[in-house]
Amino acid sequence: MSIDRIGNLFSGLSRRDLLKASTALGVSFLLPTLSARAAEKRGNERAKSFITLWMNGGPSQLETWDPHPGTAIGGPTQEISTTFSGVNIAADYPMMAEQLQHLSLIRSLVSKEGDHERGTYFMKTGYRPDPTVIHPSIGALIPHQLETKGLEVPPYVSLGDGQWPGRGGYLGDQFDAFRVFEPGRSVQNMRARVGDKRQTDRLEGLDILAKSFRKGRQYQSEKSLHQDTVERALTMMSSDQLKAFEIEDEPESIRNKYGDSRFGRGCLVARRLIETGVRVVEVTLNGFDSHASNFEAHTNRAADLDKAFAMLVQELRDRDLYDSTIVLCIGEFGRTPKINPLDGRDHWPNGFSTLIGGGGLRSGVLIGETDPTGMATDPKDPIKVQDLYATILNQFAIDPGEELMTPIGRPLHLCEGTPLMQLLDA
Amino acid sequence: MRWKSIAVYLPVTAVVLGLLLIVFSTAFPPVHARVDDSEQHQENAELASSVAQVNQWFRNDWKEANLSQATQAEEPIVLRRLSLALHGTIPSLEELRRFESDERPDRLQQWCREMLEDPRFADYFAERITRAFVGTQGEPFLVFRRDRFRNWIVEQLNQNRPYNQVVQEIISQTGLWTGEPATNFMTHAVLNGKVDENKLAGKTVRAVLGQRIDCAQCHDHPFADWKQQDFEGLAAYFGQVRLSAFGVEDRKNQDYKVEDRITLEERTVQPEVPFQENLLPDSGTRREQLAIWSTHPDNRRFSRAAVNRIWALMFGKAFSEGAPYYARVDDLPDPEVGEGTGTALDLLAESFVASNYNIKQLIETIAALEVYRLDSTSHEIDDTVVKRQIDHWAVFPLIRLRPEQVVGSMLQATSIKTIDQNSHLLTRTFKLINENDFLKEYGDFGADELDERAGTVPQALLRMNGNLFEESTKPNPFNATPRIALASGSPEQILDTCFLTCLTRLPSLEEKQFFLNKWEDDKSRRWPQRTHDLYWALINSPEFSWNH
Repeated sequence: MSIDRIGNLFSGLSRRDLLKASTALGVSFLLPTLSARAAEKRGNERAKSFITLWMNGGPSQLETWDPHPGTAIGGPTQEISTTFSGVNIAADYPMMAEQLQHLSLIRSLVSKEGDHERGTYFMKTGYRPDPTVIHPSIGALIPHQLETKGLEVPPYVSLGDGQWPGRGGYLGDQFDAFRVFEPGRSVQNMRARVGDKRQTDRLEGLDILAKSFRKGRQYQSEKSLHQDTVERALTMMSSDQLKAFEIEDEPESIRNKYGDSRFGRGCLVARRLIETGVRVVEVTLNGFDSHASNFEAHTNRAADLDKAFAMLVQELRDRDLYDSTIVLCIGEFGRTPKINPLDGRDHWPNGFSTLIGGGGLRSGVLIGETDPTGMATDPKDPIKVQDLYATILNQFAIDPGEELMTPIGRPLHLCEGTPLMQLLDA
Repeated sequence: MRWKSIAVYLPVTAVVLGLLLIVFSTAFPPVHARVDDSEQHQENAELASSVAQVNQWFRNDWKEANLSQATQAEEPIVLRRLSLALHGTIPSLEELRRFESDERPDRLQQWCREMLEDPRFADYFAERITRAFVGTQGEPFLVFRRDRFRNWIVEQLNQNRPYNQVVQEIISQTGLWTGEPATNFMTHAVLNGKVDENKLAGKTVRAVLGQRIDCAQCHDHPFADWKQQDFEGLAAYFGQVRLSAFGVEDRKNQDYKVEDRITLEERTVQPEVPFQENLLPDSGTRREQLAIWSTHPDNRRFSRAAVNRIWALMFGKAFSEGAPYYARVDDLPDPEVGEGTGTALDLLAESFVASNYNIKQLIETIAALEVYRLDSTSHEIDDTVVKRQIDHWAVFPLIRLRPEQVVGSMLQATSIKTIDQNSHLLTRTFKLINENDFLKEYGDFGADELDERAGTVPQALLRMNGNLFEESTKPNPFNATPRIALASGSPEQILDTCFLTCLTRLPSLEEKQFFLNKWEDDKSRRWPQRTHDLYWALINSPEFSWNH
């Protein structure tokens, strides 16, 4: 075998090889931490997880979960009945119609941010953009507040090519979502570029250089966390848990049901990551910014979203993961009731839809209602995203009112909302 | 038959020898002193005086704090700091060879001056200043042209235009964002077709006065003296800005109205500055008045903010010391009342004003300071003492390189010749494409690039296993690694050259022994492969990724 061969994801330097080589060579700081193996099978007391299906661009509520066919604002979109009694959704979502009884639907989400970047910031953090501080996304808060024992891959993962993945904000960059641009295909930069022996030699050389640099700089070096970061990266490279990012060993029938799209693969990987113990996963579906040809664009997006979302809910339920996993489908805002001359819809933060389920939340709850004439700008029973996130934190037994100190010395609540009692179990 | 063989092999041998000669000469280029030794630069008395004053201030401070300072750093390491700060990359091997051969006693100062005249300075620094004013955003589409603003800053730096004039134009310019690039500061704050005067007020105070007033938009500042009324008064200076077919303009008869947060009624707000009203001019548009007031020589916040930003770009962190609340480039405490009692920041600010806001001279002054040339190692064992040394700048701080510095340094380390505007078009294109791809994965720090941050696992993975390292170091005729391996006469030379190109220093005895022994023990690999592996270790070392 060529010494230069580039191993595949799992045939690179194995954990055991690395430990053996590191010990034999005295490569001290590069020795991966001997943490307990992550539980391959999680027990009855499962830690809770959270999956966000992020609809990038702002999906139209009228073409997804809140259609108004036969009205002036409804356009050509038709509706279908669902397993959620009394709730109809757009006809492009027949598979979701089957699963809808397991979810709750909010049709009255409101925001004050009609710009993509600002809207995304608001809907991911629960705070409006503020030049004095960068808030962490809800996805970063959860692993910050809760321990993830035995996890060798990042606790917060963003799948797909999202423009603004969740960030750690004032918690630090180390809480940023770990980005995987092409889920299910490969995890970028995870393979050593050389064979085991050369990699060991390289690490040994790196160890000598790191030791040299530490001389006289012990305090500053430790503070820099450079070694810690490299150690964690090496641990991840040699972890069996990386298999969670791969979908090759999934039956073809399962993969087909999720769909061979970036989003479909992302949802399948999300399920695998949750099984491995990852706390938070964000899967992005791009292409909802339909200022022109709105209806065609939404039908195209539905082709990916319907099957992947439905399969995700189905599989989480089949695998007894649904009660411990909150699934949220949301975007930065909705789209205008009025159809513009380009057959498109523009930005509409005044009353749009989100689906939420699992994680012990009540299912079959319908909140809010939008005006079928499109005249009223405010929906009935408006819901703030802060309250939605307070509800989610509550399910993780995290107090939304807890304060954290920001780098500028300003205490901030984790979340400024209060839990939605309608969604909590009695 | 023999003649036939000779006829075949002779040209081939000649070509091979020729190629080897080219490779060798490229690896070790002849030394051309870029500086004309015959030309004697007049020592800038003002600069020297300022340097002496600030040096003395630090000496007094260390004495008072009962701290010893670190020893002087090796000059090539100071050159590395300068190159990272002014050009965003480590020095090339070509530059290092030339620096080594420069025998002038003040060569660091001369090199700093030359680096400031190199087009790479204006190009690199302009991006940093652009971020302070308009961040990294590309929107709003149509009315905001970030590229025009940045290119305009490049021009101002190339002309070394007084910084107060540059800022005045940014605050007060009218016209189209394409023809009058400074107006893009106004248009970057356009939201839903209207100029957001609150954003402009907050940004102006941060970028120009080095303080944060944004909290006061909604309530009185909890710690500083800023009141909500101050914020509204400042925002009113931008309250007459409108966009029209002629671009940005001021409507002089337009009142600035806000909705009262308590009564919810609309009320008119008059422009008002929070302090030193006497510095306001009597005439001009509201923005022109604000521009003159905020950059007035007696408005010490302006010069202190400018110095702090340049200091942060040179050292990697803001001058401010003490609690994290103050350790930011745009969060300076209020200046002390009175003159002559200030800190080193005040001394530099006074010198900056006296130089007519000369940015290049300010950079030269900071580069010549004793604190800029101290080593980053400490002889102290007690961590608390080391921490105090760092707080008092008695040891050079260890600062993580920003993403653009990491990628710039990786590309430079993998090229023997200097990558600059004279590089081959293909080299520059390769650099541009790779920079963008790398930054996308590594993460760009955006407008807050001078905040201290921890490294992340994806960044470590990208450095170790990413495409950029592999593509630019794997043994092929275009990369430096095989050329160094082939052109160097001995293993020691290979080692020295690789350490110089990546770490700007020669290997220590211990490092030399380690790598030479390793190579001696394992003869199964060829030299290009060994050099490739050595490069991997060097580029992944903390020393490479940190300014030190």
